[in-house]
Amino acid sequence: MLDIELDSLTKKFGEKTVVDNLSLGIEKGELFGLLGPNGAGKTTTIKILCGLLEPTSGAARVGGHDVRTEMHEIRKLIGVCPQEPAHYTFLTGRENVELFGRLHNIPKDLLKEKTDELLETVGLVEAASIKTGKYSGGMIRRVNLAMALVNDPTIAFLDEPTVAMDPQTRHATWDFIRGLKARGKTIILTTHYIEEAESLADRVGIIDMGRLIALDTPRALMEQNGAANLEDVFIKLTGRKIREET
Amino acid sequence: MNMQRVLALAGKELRKVYREPALLFMVIIFPIMLTVAFGATFGALGGGGDSKYAVGVVNLDKSATPWAGAFKKGISDTGVLVVNDYQDNSTAAKDLLQGNIDAVIVIPADFGASIESFRLNPGDPGSWVNSTIGLSLDKGSMIVSAVVPPIVQRALSTTIYGDEAASAPQPVRIGDPTMVASSQLSQFDYMAPGLFAYAAIFITMTVAQAFATEREQGLLRRIAVTPTTSSDIFVSQILANLATGTLQVAIVYVAARLMGFHAVGGVAEVAYAFVIVLLLVTCNIGFGLITASIVKSSGAATGLSFLFILPQMLLGTFVPAPQSVGGLVPSYYVTDALTSIFLRGAPLTSPAVLLDLAIVAAMSIAVLIAGVLAFSRFGRS
Repeated sequence: MLDIELDSLTKKFGEKTVVDNLSLGIEKGELFGLLGPNGAGKTTTIKILCGLLEPTSGAARVGGHDVRTEMHEIRKLIGVCPQEPAHYTFLTGRENVELFGRLHNIPKDLLKEKTDELLETVGLVEAASIKTGKYSGGMIRRVNLAMALVNDPTIAFLDEPTVAMDPQTRHATWDFIRGLKARGKTIILTTHYIEEAESLADRVGIIDMGRLIALDTPRALMEQNGAANLEDVFIKLTGRKIREET
Repeated sequence: MNMQRVLALAGKELRKVYREPALLFMVIIFPIMLTVAFGATFGALGGGGDSKYAVGVVNLDKSATPWAGAFKKGISDTGVLVVNDYQDNSTAAKDLLQGNIDAVIVIPADFGASIESFRLNPGDPGSWVNSTIGLSLDKGSMIVSAVVPPIVQRALSTTIYGDEAASAPQPVRIGDPTMVASSQLSQFDYMAPGLFAYAAIFITMTVAQAFATEREQGLLRRIAVTPTTSSDIFVSQILANLATGTLQVAIVYVAARLMGFHAVGGVAEVAYAFVIVLLLVTCNIGFGLITASIVKSSGAATGLSFLFILPQMLLGTFVPAPQSVGGLVPSYYVTDALTSIFLRGAPLTSPAVLLDLAIVAAMSIAVLIAGVLAFSRFGRS
């Protein structure tokens, strides 16, 4: 059963086509890695699926709901960890997580339990009462993740969740993401760490200049391209030219 | 709209007020400092109660009525102005230019006839002989500009009505038609009503900064992917700022009383002050939203918010402005109403006070709607 469906999804900003006729389906409970160079259209695609941008043409459904007409229903199902951490610096880590829980209408007693659990999972129990304005980059990433998942979402969009994390924290976060998948969550993960996608994703979609250029399991992609690892596949398909995000 | 979400967001805003030093200063400490500074400088504690100002009075009234004399007596009885009689306007004007006196009041030739016509037919404004009192002030003195006009208005009202209620009709257009109960008022007393509005108008800046910062930091986008609606966000801002405004009114009132503000009236008058200032807060939330819709960064929000703050500050608080100009800004009506009820003991049901309330309410609703529409259309991205 498909949890996310994209059908000829296109997004243009003026004359520039950022997402070009993208079609793909993501199964319920699947951990899907969305890869691509800078400016490939990954974040734009996620923004459309979260209701932050309207598609220019084509269709997309999230959890069976149309992104054009049923965003209110979609917002109840999703958790979004944005690429750029967004948090209230004058609130503590706990208060930030609880605030977003309240925005999802989570009952008070359940919210405390959920917050405790998440703070422990991301390793912020001791720093829970400190204002996030005093957090390090890694701690901010972790609280950002906890804020995204406080509503126990059915579908989680994780947009480069491990950027700026040290190896220990990154591996702990990977374990956390695996735990989410084990609980049947559908996860869309975008990352520039190709080994992260290789290690975590059931399937990987590589997009470049808004177009889907490869879609399969990491192992199948490596076999198809005669590559030793997914990063080699990525370089082979997208080239060595450095891209600038505009 | 969902109340849990609204209260969560409003609670977050209030936490920001007491956790961010700059905001705490702007919202709470600044009004206290301002009130204390003005009270100490211009109030009874600062010796302001004993200050007197020399005014030249040119009596051109040709009638044989006692009204011009009564008016002059009314001016003297305030204890603040010392009357110097002049035979002609040019001599008085010359003395004003030379700084020998602080203001010139010209009683017009038809002054007595005007009041007589009113007394003959108080219910028929069409039969009144209208007249206008000339008033020239030393522009170099903010204090004179603040103190003299209300005293002249008060003396005029007393001359016409005695101690009657302020709601009576008038033969002459009087900007502030209510009665003054106290006769020993300090300069600070005339300024204090403006302080209530002064504190509230800075809400424009805090709201503009709040929305611009949240947009800049991606927080509005982050909230947008939760079930939170635009109504939740706007209502939470309104609630949080009304709570802040309530605190500001309370602080200014208590601080002003401690500094010697001779406020007339009881609980109802104080409640009225809260209501009208909170309406002004609502209006400034609208201005804040408009500002946030225009600017691209939180830094620019601070600067551009003065586009709305300065006119309100200069035309509608303790710096006096003629109604033709001051009437364009909502703070003018707040200051006018509070001056009427606190300083002159005007009944809350008097037309002037009710009209001020109605104008502020109408302006607040209009500006808030404009702000919400502007931000919804242009401010989100």
